[in-house]
Amino acid sequence: MAAGKTKTVNWKTVPVWLVYVVGLMPAVWQFCRGATGNLGADPVKAFELFLGLWAVRFLILTLAVSPARQLFGLNFMRYRRALGLLCFYYASMHLAAYLVLDQALMLSTVVEDVLKRPFIMLGMAAFVLLLPLALTSNSFSIRRLGRNWVRLHRLVYAIAICAGVHFALATKVLSADQFVYLGLIALLLGYRLFRPGLKPRRKRASNAAPQAFRPRVSPSNMQ
Amino acid sequence: MPIYRPPRIPASEITPRGIYLKRRDLLAAAALFGLSVHADAAPLSVKSRKSTVSDEPTPREDVTSYNNFYEFGTNKSDPAEHSGKFQPSPWTIAVDGLVARPGTFDLQQIIKDFPIEERIYRMRCVEAWSMVIPWNGFSLSMLLDKVEPLGSAKYVAFETIVRPEEMPGQNGLFQPLGWPYIEGLRLDEARHPLTMLAVGLYGETLPNQNGAPVRLVVPWKYGFKGIKSIVRMTLTETQPGNTWNLLAPSEYGFYANVNPEVDHPRWSQATERRIGTGGFFGSERRPTLMFNGYGEEVAGLYSGMDLRKSF
Repeated sequence: MAAGKTKTVNWKTVPVWLVYVVGLMPAVWQFCRGATGNLGADPVKAFELFLGLWAVRFLILTLAVSPARQLFGLNFMRYRRALGLLCFYYASMHLAAYLVLDQALMLSTVVEDVLKRPFIMLGMAAFVLLLPLALTSNSFSIRRLGRNWVRLHRLVYAIAICAGVHFALATKVLSADQFVYLGLIALLLGYRLFRPGLKPRRKRASNAAPQAFRPRVSPSNMQ
Repeated sequence: MPIYRPPRIPASEITPRGIYLKRRDLLAAAALFGLSVHADAAPLSVKSRKSTVSDEPTPREDVTSYNNFYEFGTNKSDPAEHSGKFQPSPWTIAVDGLVARPGTFDLQQIIKDFPIEERIYRMRCVEAWSMVIPWNGFSLSMLLDKVEPLGSAKYVAFETIVRPEEMPGQNGLFQPLGWPYIEGLRLDEARHPLTMLAVGLYGETLPNQNGAPVRLVVPWKYGFKGIKSIVRMTLTETQPGNTWNLLAPSEYGFYANVNPEVDHPRWSQATERRIGTGGFFGSERRPTLMFNGYGEEVAGLYSGMDLRKSF
């Protein structure tokens, strides 16, 4: 692996706020299509699935930040928080669409669904696990929690497993697209298990860590 | 076992006949000039109409754009988008197995020989959505009578066509199901007067995405029992396999009767979303009815059976 020799590229030309704006555009666009009756025969289901799919996409992008840097020298660390939060925003909208548009706030059915069905339970678990990560995705929490911040944010692996299984169980059979997404999640999680030869790189890599991470921890290769 | 009581359908759900008939005038006028309103469908000569439901029919656009027909792809929009190459004519159906007079029937001839009826049925998908569809077709029993089933025949096995060159879902690396798609009914279910072979909907021949040129409709069962583009029916003594049951026996049964009390392991079957109503913000779930509301007619077929076990 030539990772050690690859030159680290820093992507600083795109401002972070633009990632949020562009990242939220699919939801806005799809909402407009739904509201104007352009989402087909079952608009609620289409909207719900769309939001869930984008949550999965941002989860994959978030998980890809570290490998991209370690393997290819592409540094997107600056955008990782935005990508993670976008995943959370889409997961929240996905849940809201399920509660409000799909189940029309019939809470008894929702509670029954969550308790009885592993499929719904896993989705809900992924969302609940996302909450502490979203709440601590700010520089203050990183400084405050120190090493614990890194430990806490390892929950993203559990989230990826819950969300991946939830996503797989959502349809009667797995489609080709689903195989690709699930394959990517498995690959990104597997990379963490088998990440070879990182120990010697730690010191050097920490120099490339973004500002926010510097003070007390060097978590650059933990995530 | 509790006695089944058929649900009352409120008068508010009934479409005024005047409104409903307007569409027919339009179609009739189009037929008069030898035109078909839709490019992919030809007008059918419908001899009689009988409606078993009073709910408003689902708009044709929804019925023909939101389909599960994995031979053309797994997305709901795939069948409408990717079935253009499929050739539903000419078409024959082979009927064989435990029958006195097996034969291969030309569909055009069948349509001429049998009176084509319009029947408005509820359709409940196992995925917890539903439609109301005005089908055109005839009782399956009419075709079965022609072949004279033997006393030993207990079941009917059905088979969909396999044409990878015209059906993109049967092609390529990714194959969600085994082909051909197969289904089965008990002979008494197959002979029930509600069970029909549909050759059209909304007064026109079936569009490819809806199972052209001939498909099964069993309104008290989940939609996946309604096998499409049928090329063979075989009468058997033993229970035939059915595709979804073979794929996931814990999730899809052989009977697949609509039953709000027996949930799919991954979702509830207690309620359903009626396609084409409510839209984006007003979408509401309605309670699913036992046997999809056809209990009065069909509950007797299953007396003494444990419907939780034989789901």
